[in-house]
Amino acid sequence: MLPSPHSSSSSSEEKLATMEPQSPSTLPVFHIENVSCFYGRHKALEGVYMDIYEGKVTAIIGPSGCGKSTFLKILNRIGEMESNVRVDGKVQLLGKNIFARDINLNLLRRQVGMIFQHPNPFAMSIYDNVAYGIRTFHRLSRPALDEAVESALRSAALWDEVKDSLHQSGLALSGGQQQRLCIARALAVKPKVLLMDEPCSALDPIATLKIEELIQGLKQQLTIVIVTHNMQQAARVSEYTAFFSTDERRIGQLVEFDLTQKIFTEAEQPSTRDYVAGRFG
Amino acid sequence: MRDAFAPLAPSKKLFNWSMGTLGFFLSVVALIPLVAIFWSIVSKGLPHLSLDTLTQLPAPAGLTDVPNGFANAIIGTVAMVAIAAMISLPLGILTAIYLSEFGKQSAFASWVRFMVTILSAAPSIVIGVFAYAVIVLPFQSFSAIAGGFALSILMLPLVALATEESLKSVPNSQRMASAALGAGYARTTLRIVIARALPGIITSGLLAIARASGETAPLIFTALFSQGWLESFFGPSASLSVLIYNYASSPFSEQNDLAWAAALMLLIIVLITNLLSRWVASKR
Repeated sequence: MLPSPHSSSSSSEEKLATMEPQSPSTLPVFHIENVSCFYGRHKALEGVYMDIYEGKVTAIIGPSGCGKSTFLKILNRIGEMESNVRVDGKVQLLGKNIFARDINLNLLRRQVGMIFQHPNPFAMSIYDNVAYGIRTFHRLSRPALDEAVESALRSAALWDEVKDSLHQSGLALSGGQQQRLCIARALAVKPKVLLMDEPCSALDPIATLKIEELIQGLKQQLTIVIVTHNMQQAARVSEYTAFFSTDERRIGQLVEFDLTQKIFTEAEQPSTRDYVAGRFG
Repeated sequence: MRDAFAPLAPSKKLFNWSMGTLGFFLSVVALIPLVAIFWSIVSKGLPHLSLDTLTQLPAPAGLTDVPNGFANAIIGTVAMVAIAAMISLPLGILTAIYLSEFGKQSAFASWVRFMVTILSAAPSIVIGVFAYAVIVLPFQSFSAIAGGFALSILMLPLVALATEESLKSVPNSQRMASAALGAGYARTTLRIVIARALPGIITSGLLAIARASGETAPLIFTALFSQGWLESFFGPSASLSVLIYNYASSPFSEQNDLAWAAALMLLIIVLITNLLSRWVASKR
C-alpha cells in the first residue's frame, strides 16, 4: 500500500522508492524530485516525484485543474513565460538541474521541444515554419537546410501532403496538418524530449489517429511526455502513465505513476481506479 | 413556451422597424458635419487650386497680378512632418516594444504607459509652448527644427500607444511557440512579434503623420511662418496649417482664397495618408 500522496514530507524517501515503476529498464531522462509549483501564493502542485524514461511515451492523465499542464510546462520552463509561476524542488534533465542559475533556457528548450494544445504555426510559409528553429541555431547552406526541412516533415508524416506547397502559408493547412507541422517544426531542432500538451484536443478523430500513429513512430528517436484528457489515448500510446488529481485543498498531486498497463488494469490507488473506470473527472 | 416558428407580434415588429429606421436616420445626421466640411472646402478651394498655387510663393498682400501659391508651405509641412517622424517613429516604436514585450505589467512599464497616455491627451498648444521654451528661446530663432520637434512630441504617444496595441494583438501562442523552439527574446520579438505586427505598426505611424500634418498650434510658436522658400532647417518655415490660420482671417480676399486652396490641399494629404494606412492594414 502506498502512503497517501499528501502525507508528510518526511516519508518522501519511502514514497520515491515505492512510486518508482517496477521495470525501469532504461535511465531516466527527467528525474523529478519533490516538485511543488505556485502561482503567486496559490499552490497548484505539490510533492511530485517522477522519473521519465528514455525512448518511452509517458502519459499524464487526470481531471481538469489537477496541474497536468502546469507540470508539463515546468519541464521546459515555458510556464514562466505565461504567468508568475514559482517551482520548488528538483528537476534534472540527464543529470543536470534545469533550475540551475547558469542554465541556458534556449538550449534547454531546444532539447525539450513542445507541442501545444492548439496548433500554433507561425504566419509564414510551411518551409519557413520548419526552418525557423534550425535557423535559430545554425546557419546552413540552402541545400542542407532543404534537406533538414524535408527530413523533419517526413518524420512528422507531413511531407507527402505538402511537398508541392512548401512556400504556401502554414496557416492555410487543416488543423491536423497544422499540428503535424508544429511537430515537424519541433523535430527539426532534434530535441531529446518532446512534450505534448493535449495535442489532439482541437483535432478531429482522423487527425487524432494520425498524430497517435506518429507518436508510436517517434519514440524510436526520442522521449515523449503527453498530457491528455483522453484515457483511451493514454492507454493506446503510452508505456507509462501518471495520474494526477487534486486533494481536498484543491492542490494538484501525483496520485500514482506506473506502467500504463498496470494503471489501467490494477491500479493501487482507489481514486486512480475510479478515474480510469470513468467514475469521476 | 412559444413556438420558435411563430411570427413576431406586430408591436415587436413595429419596434424593430422603428429602431432600425431611427438608427439609420441618426447615422445620416452624424455624417452631415463631415459632408458639410468636405463640401465647403472642396467648393471654395477647388476653384483656386492651380499649378501656380502648387509651385509658387505666396504673393505679397494686396498684389493681384503676380503668381500666388503656397509651394513653400507644402515643402515646410512635409519637411517638418519628416523631421517629426524621424524622431517620433523610432522612439515611439521602441517604447511600444519595451512596454509590450519586456516591461509588460512591471511598475516601471505601467508608469511609462501612464505618462505616455497623459502626453497623448496634452493640448497641442501646450506642446507648442514647451518646444518654444526648450528650442526657440535658447537658439533665439524660430525654426523648422523646432516645429518638427514639437510635432514629434505630439506624434510620440500616438505611435507608442497604437504600436503597443498592435504588438499586443499578436497571440501569445506565437511567442510561446518560438520560445519552445529555443529562440531567445530578441529573435522572438524581431522575427515573430514585430514581423506579424508590422502592418499595424506602419498604420499607426501613418495615422500619426496624418494627424501631425494638420496641427497648427505647435507650429505657431516654433516654426512661425515664412513668405519665402525653406532655406534652412534652422530658420522659420511656412506650413499649410499656419498658412490657413494666417490667411483665413486676412482682410485680403486673395489670401482668403489661398487659405481655402491650402485647406483642400491639406485635406488631400491627410486623405491620401489615411488611404495608404488602410491599404497597409488590409495587407495580411
